[in-house]
Amino acid sequence: MGLLDFFAKPAPSLLRLPSGSFTVDRKGAVLVSTVASSFPTELIHQISSRVLAVFHDATEAQLPLSQIVINYSSLKITARELRGGAIVFLSPRTPFSSTNKS
Amino acid sequence: METRLKILLVDDDPAVLELYQELLKKLPSEPEIVTASSGARAMALLESEPFRLLICDLKMPKMDGLQVLSIVRRKYPMLRTVALTAVLDEQFRSRAYALGVDLFWHKPTTEQEVQMFLECLESLLGQENENGFRGVQSKSLMDIIQLECISQSSSLLRIANGSVIGRIWIQEGEVIDAETTDFKGEEAFHRILAWRTGTFESMAPEPHRERTIYKSYNALLLESAQALDEALSAGTGQDTTSITLSPLTRVVQMEGVEFVLACNRSAGGKAEARGLENPDRLAGWTQQCLQRFADLSDLIHAGPLEQVEGSGPQRQVSLARQGDFDLCVGWKHDLSSAHIRDAMKNVTALWAS
Repeated sequence: MGLLDFFAKPAPSLLRLPSGSFTVDRKGAVLVSTVASSFPTELIHQISSRVLAVFHDATEAQLPLSQIVINYSSLKITARELRGGAIVFLSPRTPFSSTNKS
Repeated sequence: METRLKILLVDDDPAVLELYQELLKKLPSEPEIVTASSGARAMALLESEPFRLLICDLKMPKMDGLQVLSIVRRKYPMLRTVALTAVLDEQFRSRAYALGVDLFWHKPTTEQEVQMFLECLESLLGQENENGFRGVQSKSLMDIIQLECISQSSSLLRIANGSVIGRIWIQEGEVIDAETTDFKGEEAFHRILAWRTGTFESMAPEPHRERTIYKSYNALLLESAQALDEALSAGTGQDTTSITLSPLTRVVQMEGVEFVLACNRSAGGKAEARGLENPDRLAGWTQQCLQRFADLSDLIHAGPLEQVEGSGPQRQVSLARQGDFDLCVGWKHDLSSAHIRDAMKNVTALWAS
């Protein structure tokens, strides 16, 4: 059986929504993170680069922001500006969680 | 000409595809079953021909089921969707329902489960794509109210049209009150009747509800039908109660709103605003911001983007997409974020109406 396992395709896995927080500097480098290591680093960078760009562009548009909250149906991302960088909190939401109250 | 309904079945395992293809052939409506072994193939098939129902496995390589369903819900909102999985994880159930799938089902393992699964699919297939209220297909809201009144029922109808909620109180076969986001009484009743689609629930009656509508249900329905006819003949097909103010003006008149900006994506991002002197910069930022976070959702499978809130030393803003429009609303600084979140839902609902 072990020999057969060798030829088996790795089973695809579903990406779990991230939970935790991370801090990035102004260049987007992650300084501290409590997000599970199973969540791809590339996606952490995708989140942080967008958040930093939005903070930067808001300032350019004469609308300096200190916090942005992005509400998806399954995830809430809260980002606070931190001297050019940001601290980002990720919290998955369920239809029954308190943050979904309408 | 009678055409067979089509089901698109997506799974990366050919054995599962074959098995379910056989199972689905047992459906009484005898639909045509088309299979796809990957999310990309499914998307291509959906582009090329119309389907009534999509059944999608969640665990698939490259493009997983949640990703497929997320795109499908956005591109084909009328397509019925079923997420099928062997993964016993509540997070995925929640996320699938948050995406708006019609049914989330663990892969059936017993004969009884298979039978139940097929019954649910048959029910989904039987639901019309046309106008109508889910739950009572092919019936307009007018029909539903007429049925309630003829049978002398007492009930509270809760009607949802997107995120807008309306309520109609019926007491012993007479409409006694109605309410929607901004309107009460007769005005609310006519507004609700102008909705073409939605969902409704019949709830327990509230016998002590104060009566605000004294017209007979026949007169009310006749007025609504006339208004609908007039709107259709005028070619608007829209909400029939008189709306003389533009949506922008109505939004800027809402409590707590300082300014509002709307960018029409289908018109090259053309921006219109109220309460802003120079909206161009903010328009650019709004569109970029919403596009960035909408794209991010596709990467991390977080479901549809509902709204973005921003707060700073000078202003609080909310951003949301509604149809072809990117909206940005500026709020008074003393409002709480919870209040702003709810108020922004009202803004998008108003825009949608």
